[in-house]
Amino acid sequence: MGRLVAERLTAAEEAIRIKMEVQGLSVHYGNTPALSNVNLAVKANHVTALIGPSGCGKTTFLRTLNRMNDLIEGVRVTGRVLLDGEDIYRPGTDVVALRKRVGMVFQRPNPFPMSIYDNVAFGPRIHGLRDRRRLNEIVEKALRDAALWDEVKDRLRSSALGLSGGQQQRLCIARLLAVEPEVVLMDEPTSALDPISMLKIEELIQDLKATYTIVIVTHNMQQAARVSDSTAFFLSGELVEYGPTDVIFTRPRDRRTEDYITGRFG
Amino acid sequence: MTRIRHSVLWYDRFFRYVFVASAALVSLIILAVVFFVARQGFLTFTVVSPWEFLFTTNWNPPANYGAFTFIFGSFAVTVLAICFGGPLGLAGAIFLAKVAPEWVRESLRPATDLFVGIPSVVYGWIGLTVFVPFVREHVNGAGFGLLVAGIILGIMILPTVISVSEDSLRAVSPALEEASYGLGATRWQTLSRVVLPAAAPGLVTAVILGMARAIGEAMAVQMVIGNSPQFPRSLVTPTATLTSEIVLEMGNTPFGSTWNNALFFMAFTLLVLSLAMILVVRLVVRHRGATP
Amino acid sequence: MNKYLADRLATACFWAAAAVITGILLFFLTHIFWRGAPVLSLAFVLGTPREMTAGGGVGPQLFNTFYILVLSLLFSLPIGVGAGIYLAEYARPGPLTNLIRLSTECLASVPSIVLGLFGAVVFVWYLGLGFCILAGAAALALLNLPVLVRVTEEALRAIPVSYREASLALGATKWQTIRRVVLPSALLGMVTGVSLVAGRALGESAILIYTAGLSVSRYFPDFDPFVAGETLAVHLWYVNAQSLVPDATRIADGSAALLVLVVLVFNLCIGIPSRILQRRLLGGGGK
Ligand SMILES: Nc1ncnc2c1ncn2[C@@H]1O[C@H](COP(=O)(O)OP(=O)(O)OP(=O)(O)O)[C@@H](O)[C@H]1O
Ligand SMILES: [Mg+2]
Repeated sequence: MGRLVAERLTAAEEAIRIKMEVQGLSVHYGNTPALSNVNLAVKANHVTALIGPSGCGKTTFLRTLNRMNDLIEGVRVTGRVLLDGEDIYRPGTDVVALRKRVGMVFQRPNPFPMSIYDNVAFGPRIHGLRDRRRLNEIVEKALRDAALWDEVKDRLRSSALGLSGGQQQRLCIARLLAVEPEVVLMDEPTSALDPISMLKIEELIQDLKATYTIVIVTHNMQQAARVSDSTAFFLSGELVEYGPTDVIFTRPRDRRTEDYITGRFG
Repeated sequence: MTRIRHSVLWYDRFFRYVFVASAALVSLIILAVVFFVARQGFLTFTVVSPWEFLFTTNWNPPANYGAFTFIFGSFAVTVLAICFGGPLGLAGAIFLAKVAPEWVRESLRPATDLFVGIPSVVYGWIGLTVFVPFVREHVNGAGFGLLVAGIILGIMILPTVISVSEDSLRAVSPALEEASYGLGATRWQTLSRVVLPAAAPGLVTAVILGMARAIGEAMAVQMVIGNSPQFPRSLVTPTATLTSEIVLEMGNTPFGSTWNNALFFMAFTLLVLSLAMILVVRLVVRHRGATP
Repeated sequence: MNKYLADRLATACFWAAAAVITGILLFFLTHIFWRGAPVLSLAFVLGTPREMTAGGGVGPQLFNTFYILVLSLLFSLPIGVGAGIYLAEYARPGPLTNLIRLSTECLASVPSIVLGLFGAVVFVWYLGLGFCILAGAAALALLNLPVLVRVTEEALRAIPVSYREASLALGATKWQTIRRVVLPSALLGMVTGVSLVAGRALGESAILIYTAGLSVSRYFPDFDPFVAGETLAVHLWYVNAQSLVPDATRIADGSAALLVLVVLVFNLCIGIPSRILQRRLLGGGGK
């Protein structure tokens, strides 16, 4: 009896640990397929890396996870994407609420043309927070979490466009953290940055993992190896292989994965 | 929290409808304009025969309604305006887009704004105080007439012609130009054989938009055309156009009278001509889309 | 012909064209202000007009010009900006969008005298407003509308998609995104556009003669929108065409200069504060 309960608990725990699950996902731009029949489970409090050659559909995949694809003309999505067991493509889904839970950091830093403070406060404000003291707290915490506080605390009211590229990207991360999402999607967040900024953001990702579920696209193999727990390898719109990062990088099952990782790929 | 959420979504939907409604209203307005002007205008033909209206020149309401003089006048001033303003405007646009050094271009930029800033009655007043006396003394006739109207309109359409053609000249890919220079062509050769052909649809659009502006201009023309319903014997005899006649007579005719309706039909003619020009512009632009 | 010679010749022609255009402009401006400046006294600018005797001013006309402008913007701004937002942010390619775009272009191409007649039929006659400021403002609003739609759409389209994506990815609704990110960023462009619209509206006359009328109220300033309200531009036409005052030339000279001055000053005045406003929106002294 007792053993049975214990077993159920671990099963339940196991179920909770799957944050997002993608089942039989295909995406078309008009009539051109971009993803076909992808199945993948994103674990909670994990960093999942998406790798693959240019044009293989990583960005497309990432953008299906919070329905940013809806903004593009003529995109067709089939299959299911579950967030905590609920299909986010079910008709009647509140897309806006979904995007609050599943936030996104883009390849190029895209701060709003406002002050640093207003950038970070943007999210809490649109979600109805008016209290000045609370806002100040949230902004400070988000900037600290994004490891930016010390660099900007004296110039919160100046324009965010005056920050360096790396600072801007961390500001975008802080802006996202301020809305307390559950999942953070990052599309090549360091590709426009210098090595030092890149390392800062990688450290940041390691810290954030405790609180958030992170999915990151990267072209940088070392980065994937350094920051991620699981890795998914995409090729021409198909998910070739998915597993723990150390396994993918040391003894991949698929020949094509090995070729890509070792750089023998076209 | 859910209440806030609710109102946020409500606002989102509400404003979507507001924007859709505004856009729909714009369509509705142009339909209403066409409808009301056409309806009032076509009442003319319960009394006057279309043939008389469109093809005879005896304008003597309420007995005779021959409006051909005005139609001819409108076309004549438009053609003259294009003859004066077209080449000058195109040359100015080429100068601004491709020839002028940076500092000249920057100091000329406000000039086009100034041209737009001068109201059309002021153009008319300048015509009246400068060009009419000048023509009267140095050419001949009364001074009033197609010539002065054409010159004034030619100047008035300059900003339209310049800005539209300058844009289309700038839109020509620099790679094309560089290719031509790379082959040893001079600037004029590059302009005339590469840039101008590539920008041609835009230049045509500029000229048509200038024509649309000229044919619809009322006040400036009315002030310098002479306002006589006579078929013009020369460029310097007083005559009238569709617009000048409407401005002149609208105030003297009771609403609903045949005379008044005839003025509305003139307005309808102008409307049709302007809309036709827009459609031509659309065709030209689409043509450009097909051959990049 | 030698190709270098042809090139020189063409270049000379283009410089000549530019010189002619600038020359015309300078000549016009000098003519306007040379003749008008002596007339521009406070008594003229703020004085009341006279029907038969010399010495009248254009105060009520100047007032009406701005009053009608403000009213017409009041009508056309919400609709024009709304339609512009629709085209830039919501419209998907399709027949409906095409129709709206075509309508805007068509409306923009309608000659103002034709819009004036439309205003006369609908506002003056069918709605029974008579010749009055309100009818004039409503007709003028129709003239502003398509330009407002276009400048709004252009200003919004100039805002990078990444701003919108960033906002949506934070869980903002479309309206919140437009209201808090897109519109503030596009404000400068829109203000510039509106100032162009306003400048044109200030000088517009054909549309107003048979809607706002040719006379002015006996009181000054008179905020009653249901009385006839001749504007400065219309007045300039009127004194040239049919006025009985002996000093019509003087009044015309002054009105022309005042009108051009008003338009220019207006455009200048709106340009500078909008730049300051923009800087404030972008956040303090950064960069
Ligand atoms: N908006 C779009 N319209 C049409 N096709 C698109 C669009 N966006 C992407 N595609 C196509 O879909 C495929 C996948 O694109 P995606 O951007 O997802 O690739 P990616 O893996 O992110 O590449 P990269 O590493 O270069 O960012 C590509 O073939 C691309 O050409
Ligand atoms: Mg990508």
